[in-house]
Amino acid sequence: MNERLDAIVIGAGHNGLVCASLLARAGRKVLVLEANDQVGGAAVTRPFADGYSVSACAHLLYQLQPQVRKDLGLKFELAADKLGTIALAPDGQHVRYNGNDVSGTSDGDAVEFKDFQRRMTRFADLLRTYMNRTPPRLAKDASKADMLNLAQFGFDVRRLGKVEMQEFLRLIGMNIYDELVERFDNGPLKGALSLDATLGTHLGPRSPNTILTYLYRLVGSHGAISAPAGGMGAVSDALAQSARNHGATIRTGMPVKRIIIENGRAAGVETENGEKFSSRLTVSNADPKSTIMKLVLARNVEAGFTRRIHNLRSRGNAAKLHLALDGLPDIGGVEKREFGERFVIAPDADYVERAFNAAKYGETSARPVFEITFPSFRDSTLAPAGKHVMSAIVQYAPHRLAAGWSDGTRQAFLDLAIGALGEYMPDLKQRISASELLTPVDIEDEFHITGGHWHHGELTLDQFLFTRPVGGAAQYAMPLDGLYLCGAGAHPGGGVSGAAGRNAARAILKREKAA
Amino acid sequence: MTTIQEVPQGRLKSPFFSRQAELDRLNRWHEWKGYSSADGFYDTALEYFSIRNSTSVFDLTPMTKYRITGPDSLDFIDRLVTRDMRKIRPGRVAYAVWCNEDGKVIDDGTIFHLQEGEYRLCSQERHMAWLRASAIGMDVSIVDETPEIAALAVQGPTSYSVLKDLGLDVIENLKPFGLTNFEFEGVDLMVSRTGFTGDLGYELWLPAEKAEALWDALFAAGKDHGIMAIGTSALEESRIEAGYIAADIDFLPADVTVRPGRSRSPFELGLEWLVDFKKPNFTGRRALAEEKRRGSTWRLVKLDIEGNKPAHHSYIYAKSSGRQKEVGFITSATWSPVCKQNIAIGTVRTPHGRVGDKLYVEIYYQLEMHWSRVMAGATVVDKPFWNPPRRRATPPGPF
Repeated sequence: MNERLDAIVIGAGHNGLVCASLLARAGRKVLVLEANDQVGGAAVTRPFADGYSVSACAHLLYQLQPQVRKDLGLKFELAADKLGTIALAPDGQHVRYNGNDVSGTSDGDAVEFKDFQRRMTRFADLLRTYMNRTPPRLAKDASKADMLNLAQFGFDVRRLGKVEMQEFLRLIGMNIYDELVERFDNGPLKGALSLDATLGTHLGPRSPNTILTYLYRLVGSHGAISAPAGGMGAVSDALAQSARNHGATIRTGMPVKRIIIENGRAAGVETENGEKFSSRLTVSNADPKSTIMKLVLARNVEAGFTRRIHNLRSRGNAAKLHLALDGLPDIGGVEKREFGERFVIAPDADYVERAFNAAKYGETSARPVFEITFPSFRDSTLAPAGKHVMSAIVQYAPHRLAAGWSDGTRQAFLDLAIGALGEYMPDLKQRISASELLTPVDIEDEFHITGGHWHHGELTLDQFLFTRPVGGAAQYAMPLDGLYLCGAGAHPGGGVSGAAGRNAARAILKREKAA
Repeated sequence: MTTIQEVPQGRLKSPFFSRQAELDRLNRWHEWKGYSSADGFYDTALEYFSIRNSTSVFDLTPMTKYRITGPDSLDFIDRLVTRDMRKIRPGRVAYAVWCNEDGKVIDDGTIFHLQEGEYRLCSQERHMAWLRASAIGMDVSIVDETPEIAALAVQGPTSYSVLKDLGLDVIENLKPFGLTNFEFEGVDLMVSRTGFTGDLGYELWLPAEKAEALWDALFAAGKDHGIMAIGTSALEESRIEAGYIAADIDFLPADVTVRPGRSRSPFELGLEWLVDFKKPNFTGRRALAEEKRRGSTWRLVKLDIEGNKPAHHSYIYAKSSGRQKEVGFITSATWSPVCKQNIAIGTVRTPHGRVGDKLYVEIYYQLEMHWSRVMAGATVVDKPFWNPPRRRATPPGPF
């Protein structure tokens, strides 16, 4: 064994790097072990065809918390900022929206949209404070700080004013479909907002709780979307640099086999190649299920806790599509200069819900919905000169496909997706020189996320705040001495936000100070 | 014409039912986990004295029995219960409690280490949901064998002689909490030196299809040793004398309580000796360590009460600064014929109820419709009320 470390961080995902960086900044001796050969977890840029690179999982930046940027003094270049959204319509009457403004709809819808976004961003701001804090403990032995924190939340909700508070309480558990149908007439607008609320989840727009997931999307930057130069890997590289600058060591290609338990305490880790590292603290950026069921093993923690972890819902439902194109496709009604924007194919809210229906029964959507970007349009480093990359999230593709994921079923869904895109981009098919489809199982394998769910656990009210990932473990410390969770499975959840990593580091340091 | 297959409804009958029905003079039965179980067959006092003076036979079949096997069975059981199961070798039986994550007792029971890696867990309540939850992530099989295994408690000073006459030799070497196997009419008959009476006694376990044959052979062997079938009422008196607690009477299983503070930790049930903090992990450990640090709320007490009026469901008081303050309540009470004592098991708030403490029990009793009340003094005692040397003597004597 090595000389004693203060902390080992399992996984150099963005949260792991944020956590490692903050712990190292506080003078802790930190080692980060990453299974893959590059840092970043699901926020990486990697080649997928000769000369073509893409942000392999997360592909847009909209949730990175300002606090994280500030704390770490992060510096990376943006290839584009404040990207707009173009919701494609089958009849070419596309809807474009950015911030609180929308065009291509009736005037009534435009007014409603302003009001809707204004209210949603206000609620998102309310949540933001709590996203960047350890959630209060509700148990009998809750501390004074916990109770104050909780009281503060109640007070903040009350301070919205009577009408807005009622609206907040009415909406927070509700589905977004009802709200959209009540407000808007325009199909593509309702469809695009439905997609925004359900991206990366096992939820349809009519599932309860999709207002919450929509708010969650707005928390970082009010929904303003940006794209880092060099892809999402650039963010991770900047985080890794920050961690190294603060003195942390990062070793890649080091998959962790198990967390070493000594006398009922996490005492370090053993890697697949048999190396053992002893450490005072072990901080897992892996998802909660992998952390407890694979690395710790159920027998080393108490029953009840393992039951809750076992029952954690983390079924990924989004596939990732990468196309190498020898040129930009034609999209009727869209000018070439607009190809830097984000495109959505979700012509109506019902269309999204119908796409989700199939997923409930373990089938892929017959008519999937898409979030599409052409990152090479704004970033020439990603494709050879004159050529382009398309990166798209395709829903729904359930992790537990009834027919099972195989080369055959993957190819079938890839063909289906390209066919569906062809309805809007007639010349797409002949422009494809290479393609890659990552199913949730592929995402699970490549990024080591149970269920291939990028939130490490469904982002629903029963797995939120005080109960994220599960009750009794929502304050980053796991019920095994010396073990902490710092990834998306912990509060507040997934997305490239860094909040979980930052909160975890702060919780660890605070606990050590108190001890 | 289509025939509709009959679906069993109502109470289940124990495999000993036919024999018990023949002896039954009272027709007083109650429900025990789906089975009909007799309150008594002749007379509670008569049956009680067969436990203390000769041999009693109690039908244990409704007792929950789980067979636990698989590569992780020891790890599974060791994490389930609070005591160290690594010390329980094959051929031994352990009394144990299991807790939830809050360190509150879900139930107590006996765990039989049948052979290497194979266990039988017996308890009053059913626990499949909890056992399955505890088995997540482990390679272990849990099978409810309650209906397949018939069981009899054969208890009393002459029980050893009865089993000897049944043809079970080498039984004299069987120590308390030991188990051994015999062949009986071509099936395996397991005998353990365990029981709920605090006396010399055994429990017999065998496949249900041989239940009646065993009953007949046992009663034939016991004819000259005063053998008698008993019901729950007589057993209840003897288990209070032995100082054993019963689920649903002296504590509520933690998984059925709703109100906070209504479940009990092992410390609060006088079972601290069962909690082994040397084990690095078991369910409830973190909460129990915390409770040990902070102190418990409740304490289980055995009480020796003045007078002869059983203190059923009475409040318990303590004198504090000259005034009597209510500190707890009685959960089990009886007049003990063999000890000639008015005894009870109760729950009091800490710090009350230390051994030797003087408490007061408020007993209400009715004489010809009119109620009377006494405040009887009560002393907290440490040892079981009834604990004869023959309970542990190996070999046991032929009484």
